[in-house]
Amino acid sequence: MTVKTLKIDGKDVAIERGATILQAAKEASIPIPTLCFLEGVTPAAACRMCLVEVEGSSKLLPACVTEVAEGMVVQTNTPKLQEFRRMNVELLFAEGNHVCSICVANGNCELQDMAITVGMDHSRFPYRFPDRHVDVSHEQFGIDHNRCILCTRCVRVCDEIEGAHVWDVAQRGEHCFIVSGLHQPWGEVDACTACGKCVDACPTGAIFRKGNTTGEKERDRAKLAFLVTAREKHQWTR
Amino acid sequence: MTKTIVIDPVTRIEGHAKISIFLDDAGEVSDARFHVVEYRGFEKFCEGRPFTEMAGITARICGICPVSHLLASAKTGDKILAVKIPPAADKLRRMMNLAQITQSHALSFFHLSSPDFLLGWDSDPATRNVFGLIAANPDLARAGIRLRQFGQMVIEKLGGRKIHAAWTVPGGVRSPLSPEGRQWIVDRLPEAFETVNLALGLFKGMLDEQLKNEINVFGEFPTLYMGLVGPNGEWEHYDGKLRFTDSQGNIVADGLSEDDYHAFLGEAVEPWSYLKFPYYQPLGYPDGIYRVGPLARLNVCDRIGTEAADRELQELRDRAGGVPTSSFLYHYARLIEILACLEKTQELVDDPDVLSSRCRAHGGVNQLNAIGVSEAPRGTLFHHYQVDENGLLEKVNLIIATGQNNLAMNKTVAQIAKHYIHGTEIPEGLLNRVEAGIRCYDPCLSCSTHAAGQMPLHLQLVAADGQILDEVYR
Ligand code: SF4
Ligand code: SF4
Ligand code: FES
Repeated sequence: MTVKTLKIDGKDVAIERGATILQAAKEASIPIPTLCFLEGVTPAAACRMCLVEVEGSSKLLPACVTEVAEGMVVQTNTPKLQEFRRMNVELLFAEGNHVCSICVANGNCELQDMAITVGMDHSRFPYRFPDRHVDVSHEQFGIDHNRCILCTRCVRVCDEIEGAHVWDVAQRGEHCFIVSGLHQPWGEVDACTACGKCVDACPTGAIFRKGNTTGEKERDRAKLAFLVTAREKHQWTR
Repeated sequence: MTKTIVIDPVTRIEGHAKISIFLDDAGEVSDARFHVVEYRGFEKFCEGRPFTEMAGITARICGICPVSHLLASAKTGDKILAVKIPPAADKLRRMMNLAQITQSHALSFFHLSSPDFLLGWDSDPATRNVFGLIAANPDLARAGIRLRQFGQMVIEKLGGRKIHAAWTVPGGVRSPLSPEGRQWIVDRLPEAFETVNLALGLFKGMLDEQLKNEINVFGEFPTLYMGLVGPNGEWEHYDGKLRFTDSQGNIVADGLSEDDYHAFLGEAVEPWSYLKFPYYQPLGYPDGIYRVGPLARLNVCDRIGTEAADRELQELRDRAGGVPTSSFLYHYARLIEILACLEKTQELVDDPDVLSSRCRAHGGVNQLNAIGVSEAPRGTLFHHYQVDENGLLEKVNLIIATGQNNLAMNKTVAQIAKHYIHGTEIPEGLLNRVEAGIRCYDPCLSCSTHAAGQMPLHLQLVAADGQILDEVYR
């Protein structure tokens, strides 16, 4: 196994070839904020929270998909990155309709946590108040597009872990939204096995269990990573 | 396509009020109007949301009585699920409503109204508030503040938060009372009883002396009364059937279900106010004027059903020589209701059910049109939801207590104006009396602002030809 050595925030790190900067940082106990990244499924680099500065690159690079290289020098927490991350979270809030006080995920939401982490206390951008809908046609679950941050975690867990591929992203740019089936009501999509993995995966209150009210959403995130390791390593207990 | 909806201002009715007083050709008061000049958008923006969110959304209508909306909303939700909630949930919800009525009435009496009684109508407005009360009668003020705190703490012990506890849900409640919470209530109840008895004694004394005249001027007129009553005609605050009685004490209608509210409640609209004017349909508008809230609840019931409160109710009726019809007696009724709430809380804490974790029933969307009712501190509250087969709201109608007292509030203002205004000027001290006339009903519009010493109020005196003769602002 070839090992690559690099410097993250001045710390020397050695890690196998093919690993990402995010993995290397984790190894070295250097936290990098992430939102769309989910252990166990392919990274999508959709949220841009994990952007880092790499010496010699004029662009900021997403740590979750950028492979380490020999001699790389990475900065994860410069004032520029801090400012950028905060702005990014503000944009996520301004883009959708996030009314935390009545949200099922209130108090248990990765977007909320992220806002606190980056020190966001208000949005400098005007809220867009987009006209989005709620689909509660499914027997057990619902999706409220107002709270969706388009991280595509649901798309990936459903496709890669459950193998049902219920979800996709429709449209482009600001009109993007998550669709079930070929844009059918979720309750009419036969492929859905009602396994609930997307509920566990969704970082916000966008996908929820029906009947849950304010702040009642619970998720078993560890289950997803467990399922992946269980299949790969044949360890079926946790 | 993106669309921006602006609802501005988003307020139900807390805040600003305007009153116009009209004079006839002879310069005497002919009429008065109490305008609510703010628009409410709640019913509109709930559309499209899952009904399970309604408790959380509507509780935001008011910071003083969110529990009322939580309850009415949860009861409407029960009907959409078509479930019968577990007995423990019923008792726990009742307990929260009792606490809610206690804290809200305590706020109305001690913080908002008692400064007028104790410091005088014409005393300096700068100190005619709860701070002035603290300076003048620190023991009473402290007891009142602690009584309100008692109610709020019971709410917190049950729901985990004082305000906007998202604890009542369609199907029941989320969690039972903890044994520690129960013990806390048991320990604090005696002090609460003591405070309400003290206030009752004090207020009755004042009714015999300095407040004797107010009874005849502050909303003394016959109307109907509406409220929930239990299966045997007893005082009710959470469930039961609706009853209308008149000022002679006759039952006008009984055993009415909230499901049929369209048949007996009409809602009139006037161009000068955003607040609708509900009336008793069979008598038409405006003859179908009725009052809701503490006094109405005491007037419609046969008895309260607890010992001390029933004694007080009898005394109230004896003093009035029959049915008490003056809105000034709302204050008195509030104190009696606090006593009733404490007695009922006492009964409930001794019930093992309140510690039971079987307190939530689950179900799907089984009914598309549902109406829930409960008694808020200020009166009967209706929530009406229409949902699609998945449970998304298509239509929402909320009938709020303050609205139902709208006609009576207008009449009260007119009565006070007629009594005090004879000429083209607004006499000093009138503003406060008019304000106090409205405050008898403890409407939400005073709650957010008056506690800080003033309620934004704008009074206009209008001549027969439409000319504005005088106006005062506060
Ligand atoms: S998803 Fe998270 S950020 Fe969005 S409304 Fe819900 S709690 Fe708030
Ligand atoms: S529904 Fe949830 S998991 Fe799916 S894209 Fe939106 S935020 Fe991500
Ligand atoms: S975590 Fe890397 S882009 Fe979202």
